[in-house]
Amino acid sequence: MAEVQYSWPENHKTRLLGKRVNRLDGMVKSAGTAKYTYDINLPNQLIVHALGCPHAHCRVLSVDTSAAEKVPGVVLVKHIKAPKAGEDPVEIEADGTLLVAVAAESEAAAAEGVAKLKVEYELLEPFTADDDLEAAEAKDRTRPRGGGISLDEALGEPGDDEDIEEWEEKQIEKLFADADYVVEGDYGIDAITHCCLEPHGTTLHWEGDRLKAHLSTQNVSGTDDGFAGALNLTADDVDVHCDYIGGGFGSKFQPNYWGIAAAEIAKATGRPVKFMLNREQELKVAGNRPSGFVHVKLGADESGVVQIWDSHHWGTSGFNGSTVSVNSVPYVFVPKNYRRKATGIATNNEPSVAWRAPNHPQACALTQTAYDDLAAKMQADSLDIFLRNLENIDSPEKAPLYAEQLRIAADLINWQRHWHPHGKSPRKGSVVEGLGIAIHTWGGAANDSDCRLRIHPDGGVESYCGTQDLGTGTRTVCAMVLAETLGLPVEAVKVNIGSSTFPFSGASGGSTTVGAVSESHRRAAQDALAQIFELVAKKLEVPADQLEAAGGKISVVGYSDKELTWKQACSLIGIKPLEVNSSYKRQQQGRTTNLSSSNVGGCQMAHVAVDTDTGLVKIKRMVAVQNVGLIINRKTAESQVYGALIMSIAGALFEHRINDPKTGVFVNSQMDSYRLPRLGDIGELIVHLHEPESERARGVIGLGEPPVISGCAAISNAVCNATGVRVPTLPFTPKRVLDAMRTAKG
Amino acid sequence: MSQSTSKGFSRREFLRGSSAAAAASSVASTAIGQDTAVAPQVVTGETSITLKINGESKTAKVEPRTTLLDMLRYQFDLTAAKPVSADGSSGASTVLVDGRPVMASSTLALSVAGKEITTCESLVDDEVPRAFVEHDAQQCGFCTPGFVVAVRAFLNQHPDATEEQILAGLNGNICRCGTYANVLQAVVSLVKGEQNG
Ligand code: FES
Repeated sequence: MAEVQYSWPENHKTRLLGKRVNRLDGMVKSAGTAKYTYDINLPNQLIVHALGCPHAHCRVLSVDTSAAEKVPGVVLVKHIKAPKAGEDPVEIEADGTLLVAVAAESEAAAAEGVAKLKVEYELLEPFTADDDLEAAEAKDRTRPRGGGISLDEALGEPGDDEDIEEWEEKQIEKLFADADYVVEGDYGIDAITHCCLEPHGTTLHWEGDRLKAHLSTQNVSGTDDGFAGALNLTADDVDVHCDYIGGGFGSKFQPNYWGIAAAEIAKATGRPVKFMLNREQELKVAGNRPSGFVHVKLGADESGVVQIWDSHHWGTSGFNGSTVSVNSVPYVFVPKNYRRKATGIATNNEPSVAWRAPNHPQACALTQTAYDDLAAKMQADSLDIFLRNLENIDSPEKAPLYAEQLRIAADLINWQRHWHPHGKSPRKGSVVEGLGIAIHTWGGAANDSDCRLRIHPDGGVESYCGTQDLGTGTRTVCAMVLAETLGLPVEAVKVNIGSSTFPFSGASGGSTTVGAVSESHRRAAQDALAQIFELVAKKLEVPADQLEAAGGKISVVGYSDKELTWKQACSLIGIKPLEVNSSYKRQQQGRTTNLSSSNVGGCQMAHVAVDTDTGLVKIKRMVAVQNVGLIINRKTAESQVYGALIMSIAGALFEHRINDPKTGVFVNSQMDSYRLPRLGDIGELIVHLHEPESERARGVIGLGEPPVISGCAAISNAVCNATGVRVPTLPFTPKRVLDAMRTAKG
Repeated sequence: MSQSTSKGFSRREFLRGSSAAAAASSVASTAIGQDTAVAPQVVTGETSITLKINGESKTAKVEPRTTLLDMLRYQFDLTAAKPVSADGSSGASTVLVDGRPVMASSTLALSVAGKEITTCESLVDDEVPRAFVEHDAQQCGFCTPGFVVAVRAFLNQHPDATEEQILAGLNGNICRCGTYANVLQAVVSLVKGEQNG
């Protein structure tokens, strides 16, 4: 049998790829019958609630569990982070840290048990002022996070007797002295939380020494190791299962310490256990994105091309004291000369975890706002300044792509008609309007993925893959790829995902899943089809390479009478099903194959209205232009981008973590106070998937992260264009907008 | 500085019923049907209530502190309504009580004795979930059942809603994944009477 060449069919030959297909699990989700981890009710299960630490920084001295244990319905009280009797006090560095768990017969009894816990705390001084570098320094809360200088070779080299640092300093000074325009500014973006609507947690039970865990996870194939490592088991003793997950966004890669505690409680009581975080805990301890604040000075030539960038940024990733990666600022735009430095601030917050496109949204908001302020200073058109600065970007080969995308986006937002110099908006009463741009980059290469495909003699097709569907439409993508390859309708294949007992597939992070499952499922289907073609070729007495699979048939190309139905073809398999195992490993097959690749760009534009009396910002229209390689399911791909735009609106205008300055407590950790946009807040959203034939030829590339990056910067720029005033820190609450306008008036 | 404290105010604790304190004026295991609101009653401990859920008559055992949401999820395994925010500010636990939308997370089970509850599960053949599927108005889907019920209730009141009314009338539900644009399309298509699926 000839070796199979893995590739995608040509554009005009595809029946399913790139089409708009309803997601396969749409109806179970919409009718509410999809069972999430929280919804799995096991017979005789215990419900676990936990006490979260009410202080941002303290020592837990002791816990008195006696009253909690007496509550009717309470079965077990278990120390999590709190010291047991006789143990040393434990320092707690983040508000919300889970101290003690109470397992009970009902939610209400567990809550009552938690309320009866008596804890003795020694309060320590909290620090949460992540935007205040001076205060952080004074309290020894700063941590150096790297930096460096890169100067254009054309500037020459220091002489042998010159001090390198002095020489570099002199060059930078000279570059600023020679600049036609110098902009100096402060920009920032607050920490936000993942706020998954399904909180983190697990419903699990033991079968003898085997742990069976339903886990709300974006890492089905990897979290069995997580449980096993912590519980002194091997991964084959643990089955992790997740059919549906109510949001993850980068925060659900581990069983987490509460998942481990759940397994221990189940072991100790011999009963199934459900341990889900409550809303406050979900916001406080289950995931947040680092904040970033920058002081930057840039110098540009007379045409507005930035020649020197000099920045220092800081922020917090929680008590581990990191911030936005130093290498990500400046973002996309990389002038020939730059100096950058990053400082982490250790605050009393739970450490950050990955958040959709780690570092990028903040880096974009810290960089491209300054570029827009350059346009403001020059009273030039931001679009021109962005286009001109494409001559210095991190992937120079992408400059034509960005230029094309900017042109498309400008058309869609009607840039020509609505643009005016910054601060020169016509006024309608107290309302002014403005436009803003930003651009972004992302990798999105496929993750490792294996697939087992079984084709039954009766024509049935089923696949097994340990991937997960975060709501991105993975299940449907798997089915479409199989169905396309085998020439069958989508409904004819049964896709099985969401279990660690299935062949390994990588965690869903970094936009790696659609590429991963496309690789593994296309490979498996092509391999299986090649074997079926051999059988059919023998039967029809034609060469196998003249066969094609389409419309539920295997036929000889060009001979309409020489064909077998799919069922007839499969009956040739014999009695046992045909089983094929495929494997895509990034290390072995490389990041670029015939089926998948990476590296995309995109641009977003915002049209906003700002009420200068109230400070309220309204989105009128947002445009996203995104290249994405070969699109599998157009419908769910577009949904990803719509959702990303809405998340950008959330980060730009609504959500942020607020720590009380005195106690450090995260005060807005409920859904009513942790503000998110609602249906009426989004304005008109336009999604344009940018897909010239050259893009399609690159194969599948992940789409989850890229469109969530540049929206915040674009909205910030639009507000500046409207008002003529830069509101320094995102999100732009009405108060911040009013404060900035007041400060500007002086 | 040293300070001793336990977890603060909790609504469920405030309404507690099953603990020792319940002994005094107890009317334990009273069957409560309709018109409980007529005369003041003191209720503690576990009580039986009858009500209609998705068209079927049901009996439930609830404490005064049991929420409608916990009753649906744990006694009847009806898990479409989701626990997202105890105060109902996310809309994820929306169900219909006698045809009107309420947040099951902030409704006590006792208060719906004798009433008719409709959960998302019963809308499986309704046009609203079909339109949600057609317009891909669900990603992770955790907010979706609450949204579907809210849309059903909204359209019952405003079958000919304009886009403006839709934008103003469906702000009780939060979607973290950002499906609002798709929800809007779904609702507009329903008002226009388009075939969905
Ligand atoms: S679809 Fe995930 S929260 Fe709405």
